Amino acid sequence: MDYNAYVTEERIEGAEEGRLAGRTVAVKDNISTAGVRTTCGSAMLADYVPPYDATVVERLKEAGATIPGKTNMDEFGMGTTTETSAFGPVENPAAEGYVPGGSSGGSAAVVAAGDADMALGSDTGGSVRCPAAFCGVVGIKPTYGLVSRYGLIAYANSLEQIGPIAPTVEEAAELLEVIAGPDERDATTRDASEALGDGEATAITGDVTDEDGGYDFVSAADGDVDGMEIGVPTELLDGADDAVVEQFWAAIDDLEAAGASYHEVTLPSLEHAVEAYYVIATSEASSNLARFDGVRYGVSGGYDGDWNEAFARAREEGFGPEVKRRVLLGTFALSAGYQDKYYKKAQDARAWVKQDFDEALGAADVLASPTMPVPPLERGESLDDPLQMYLADANTTPVNLANLPAISVPAGETGDDRPVGLQFVGPAFGERAVIRAGSALG
Amino acid sequence: MAQAQETGELAVIIGLEVHVQLETDTKIFCGCSTAAADEPNTNTCPVCLGLPGALPVLNEGAVEAAVKVGKAIDATIPERTRFHRKNYYYPDLPKNFQISQYDAPICQDGRLEFSVGDERRTVGIRRAHLEEDPGSLKHKGGSIDTAEYTLVDYNRAGTPLLEIVTDPDFRDAAEVRAFLAKLEEVLEYLGVFDAGRDGSLRVDANLSVVAESEVGADGSVDADVLEAANRTEVKNISSHKGAEKALAYEAQRQKNAIERGRAVQQETRHWDESRGITVSMRSKEEEKDYRYYREADLPPLEVADWKEEIDIPELPDARRERFREEYGLDVEAADKLTATKQVADFYEELAAEFDADLAATWVADNLLGELNYRDMQVTDIDGRLDEVKRLVELVAAEEITAKNARETVLRSMLDDGRDPDTVVAEEGLGKTTGDEVQQAVEAAIEENPGAVEDYHAGEDGAINFLVGQVMQKTGGSADPGDVNQLLREALE
Ligand SMILES: [Zn+2]
Repeated sequence: MDYNAYVTEERIEGAEEGRLAGRTVAVKDNISTAGVRTTCGSAMLADYVPPYDATVVERLKEAGATIPGKTNMDEFGMGTTTETSAFGPVENPAAEGYVPGGSSGGSAAVVAAGDADMALGSDTGGSVRCPAAFCGVVGIKPTYGLVSRYGLIAYANSLEQIGPIAPTVEEAAELLEVIAGPDERDATTRDASEALGDGEATAITGDVTDEDGGYDFVSAADGDVDGMEIGVPTELLDGADDAVVEQFWAAIDDLEAAGASYHEVTLPSLEHAVEAYYVIATSEASSNLARFDGVRYGVSGGYDGDWNEAFARAREEGFGPEVKRRVLLGTFALSAGYQDKYYKKAQDARAWVKQDFDEALGAADVLASPTMPVPPLERGESLDDPLQMYLADANTTPVNLANLPAISVPAGETGDDRPVGLQFVGPAFGERAVIRAGSALG
Repeated sequence: MAQAQETGELAVIIGLEVHVQLETDTKIFCGCSTAAADEPNTNTCPVCLGLPGALPVLNEGAVEAAVKVGKAIDATIPERTRFHRKNYYYPDLPKNFQISQYDAPICQDGRLEFSVGDERRTVGIRRAHLEEDPGSLKHKGGSIDTAEYTLVDYNRAGTPLLEIVTDPDFRDAAEVRAFLAKLEEVLEYLGVFDAGRDGSLRVDANLSVVAESEVGADGSVDADVLEAANRTEVKNISSHKGAEKALAYEAQRQKNAIERGRAVQQETRHWDESRGITVSMRSKEEEKDYRYYREADLPPLEVADWKEEIDIPELPDARRERFREEYGLDVEAADKLTATKQVADFYEELAAEFDADLAATWVADNLLGELNYRDMQVTDIDGRLDEVKRLVELVAAEEITAKNARETVLRSMLDDGRDPDTVVAEEGLGKTTGDEVQQAVEAAIEENPGAVEDYHAGEDGAINFLVGQVMQKTGGSADPGDVNQLLREALE
């Protein structure tokens, strides 16, 4: 069946040998591939062919992976359902008639359908974890700075990371090992073991590097959660759908049975997280997307009037409604007279969210919540009501504000067979902790 | 509105924003060369083209250059410096935002001292911040308003710029010119600037006219008064001379308006160099909103220790003083010899090897004089200073006369490019040996019995005639003093 999961099906062959040799890794269409068009799900970039590979694409090729194609996505990553793509919506292979989640809906769908062994998505406010949860697969949002963003077409550059999507936690961890690590072309990347410093290894995490000095995430995926302390932020259960909450507690019971213990915790700042996220993300988007003015990308030429008028016409034609909405919101939030009221306040809220997470993670190895407060929505349901779509990001966006790592793993289904995902959040560069917790449910 | 009144004296208040291109090997956020390229869009990469997904990485060489400037202007360097995005749409701007600095500029609260005539002035430098240069536009088939189409060249995009913002401390256009000359001199001394590069210095000036009575005894003007006076921003100034002309014009234009009872519009004006006037840019002068916010792609840079770690060379003022003391130079010579670092270094090299006075005559008078006469700069003969040094060596060793050295050898070096030894050989200028002079002396005496008679009769002019004869026979290569001596000896 055709899920409309690819924008472009064009094979890119990697090296003959390598740990991913013989395996396919689909790549989200906002990650640059030299010579293969990279559209961001937008008409603006329908004909854009990057002259260079993103760092993660270079690393995939070196590891011997084959890239079968570029996956469909919400336009510029702006959506939770993969319905805002200029190339049409993506179906959910795990729940027909429902959305696959977004914005990396194509990447999650190809993995769920078995069309690719694994995939890369990008996560600005939940865009890896949400589709992983809705499609019943595993997705990891790495700590900000673990994976190079060089070549990732920015939506909100202070928030986003490229992350793996795979059928199992172990495979997701393996793909993360391939793409993670400092990159001199991305000044925000950091070395995990340097960042963790002395005394990084605990009984729960173990060493982030193996004997060869490479990252070791795979060995954490052994299902052993004996002695693990799990914090459950009550704010992230409050508004959630009953069927989702039921599956969540069933999963926590399983973890307890495996030797973990849990406690409830409150993070008062989370109340403001979605608002803060949308102000920051749209502000950054208004700047990041400014370069798409019709001069070098998208529809261009033949307009009367001055440059400003020509730019406005090109952007009017090239962007879809959700992108326009967010660019306008962000431009407003950054403008003189409003910046203090919106952008600066959102930055304060971001600092508060970070602080709340740090405190909560001082008393827990990981925090757990439903990945999404709702099961997959029906197609078309959220398009008329952007606010409902934004609120669905309540559990995922705080993690991006705090720059922390998180994983979404399958945790059963609702009564009508819609997948439910469970999210674990760890401390900065604590990928091994969330991988360990997630693997116990796999 | 507190426009200056029609009655009473008027005072001019000027503040500058000076953009200088910093000399670094590579651009500020990528590895592309900053060297001039023949072909458009060849010194480019995904980063400076602003391609989607490309990320900036800070070239610390640009920060180092800025810290040097900071030390030279006695500025405060912050503990950490960081970058902001300045958002505006313009076709030469690859990303439609410029990475610049906002709340933590690399230099703050500096000053620069300079001379205007015989007056010393100090102008406050509010801040100097790093940013990336945009690309350049080529309007085809007309000007910016009338062109058929416009081409963009991104070779310049990403060249490091330092924007130096002064306090409104200038009181006339001549001061601005003197300041800019001094600023260039300092930047060249620091080795962070090349005045010869096209577009390496660009000036925007804010100019307003207030009542003279508003100017305090120390030359200061109340911020409220400045705020209330309408000012114009004059753009498109690219040289010291241009700055003086543009601002003198603009000051007079505003004074004329006020004296005729007309209000000065707050606006941006374009300096039209060829017509010698400023022209209103006629754009709606809305308050610009650049929506500055933090550039998250560049982590803040700790620069607390850089000021101590980075050395800067001796600056022009200090060197000028030292030259006067150490070499006993007069003010004029010391000024000339420290005008550029290259000249000063060359002078010191010659002074060390030969003699300070000889070196001063040769560099300040002969070399700079002959270059100036030809409208040339020392930079035009960059690779030939060794030849000039060889020439001075010939003079110091008394192998040629000082007169021939300057009037024949140096001039032909500059005019036809020959090296000094070649000129000396080809023109037969080597100082004639004693024998040859002696023979010429004897011949002159034999051939001019009348003059010899006159000499013995006590007519002093006769000896001069005979010296002339000898000089003629030796092709001017003999030393006239020596000849005089030899003649007297031969005639006794
Ligand atoms: Zn470049």
